Amino acid sequence: MTTEMPAAAGPLALPFYPRPDGVHPPLDSPEYRSSLLRAPKWPPVLLPQGLTEITGPLLGAERVTAADADLTTRHAGEPLGERIIVTGRVLDSGGRPVPGTLIEIWQANASGRYAHPVDDHPAPLDPNFDGAGRCMTDSSGRYRFITIKPGAYPWKNHLNGWRPAHIHFSLFGRAFTQRLVTQMYFPGDPLFRQDPIFNSIPDPRARERLIARFDLEVTQPDWALGYQWDIVLRGSEATAFEREDEH
Amino acid sequence: MSDQQTAPPAAGQLTPSQTVGPFLAIGLPWPDGPQVAGPDAEGAITISGRVLDGTGEPVPDALVETWQAAPDGSFAHPDDPRGGEDPAFRGFGRCPTDAGGRYQISTVRPGALPGPDGRMAAPHIDVSVFARGLLDRVVTRIYFGDEAEANAADPVLSSISDEGRRRTLVATAEGDRPGRFRFDIRLQGSGETVFFDV
Repeated sequence: MTTEMPAAAGPLALPFYPRPDGVHPPLDSPEYRSSLLRAPKWPPVLLPQGLTEITGPLLGAERVTAADADLTTRHAGEPLGERIIVTGRVLDSGGRPVPGTLIEIWQANASGRYAHPVDDHPAPLDPNFDGAGRCMTDSSGRYRFITIKPGAYPWKNHLNGWRPAHIHFSLFGRAFTQRLVTQMYFPGDPLFRQDPIFNSIPDPRARERLIARFDLEVTQPDWALGYQWDIVLRGSEATAFEREDEH
Repeated sequence: MSDQQTAPPAAGQLTPSQTVGPFLAIGLPWPDGPQVAGPDAEGAITISGRVLDGTGEPVPDALVETWQAAPDGSFAHPDDPRGGEDPAFRGFGRCPTDAGGRYQISTVRPGALPGPDGRMAAPHIDVSVFARGLLDRVVTRIYFGDEAEANAADPVLSSISDEGRRRTLVATAEGDRPGRFRFDIRLQGSGETVFFDV
């Protein structure tokens, strides 16, 4: 089967998402040993942003229920650990909220153990905690999860290596260019200094942006500590029309 | 106390990427993730392959995500200026790799569509790969081996001068099985897949 090629219709007026130079960790980060055989060696080829890149899946609402944002009430009993509220806004780099976008999270339990067969850390599983959550941002780009604070855990990257406590976050935004998977950390963690994943981000100020802020306003008396964490995705400029310099 | 104020981040302060780690299977797979379209849909195709590391070993803890146009080349998205509206077509697929590094996506063949400079782009699927060891996703594209004419005219594909490199972006039709394509993703080393900076 071949596709008939219709005649070209001239340049399209599309939004353009400036590239995030220097923000993300380099794929080739040898301190993080898992990257050694997996990071590509060739430099990436610049891809002009077209329709496939400036669009993206606008989905999630149909696969998320309100209960998915509370990781503490999905089992027969309550999970062990420090109950926390994690909330914040999803914005683009122009400061505009990103409403109606799917956020997926996963994390270890309070003992630092994942509910996953590959995790062999000798810490207890919690039958009341699976560690997965989902929600959609509201009209102002806000999200809110109720969970328990994950524990730190050892890993075999280097001698006596330990991961700082973190929650994995996955976001879609509105365009393929905005897709982001990252990790949220907790303030004051003594393990940051020796963590090659956290420190793979070249700019120390950018690293700090992965650390949530304790917030007494979010904290609920006699119930749960509150953390705020805003997430900033790439933003778009109005049009790429005749932006030949970017191609 | 200043550390309790809610201040919006300054413009441009992007959130950096981090790896999905080895336990993405807790949070990311969807039961219907690999089924972008049903097997009875017109133009139904299956794309399968393996994700391999720098020694050719399978990567058993990766996630492959796909995003593509509908068969008419449109996107059900407000930023498609041609007004493509087929919300019934999800366009998005997601499949974790198995112990052998294998993934499979069932979908329909995307249509050709205008590229950013107005020249026609050959039918293609954008791919994100996430895995332990990847501190950011890597992005590649699937083109179709039985679209030789469209591929030859595609501005992105034809900009890659090395034929061996270009070939890493083309899914090969499995001769005896119509609608079935093979697309392996080599993260590193011999035959390394072309990855894009989007």
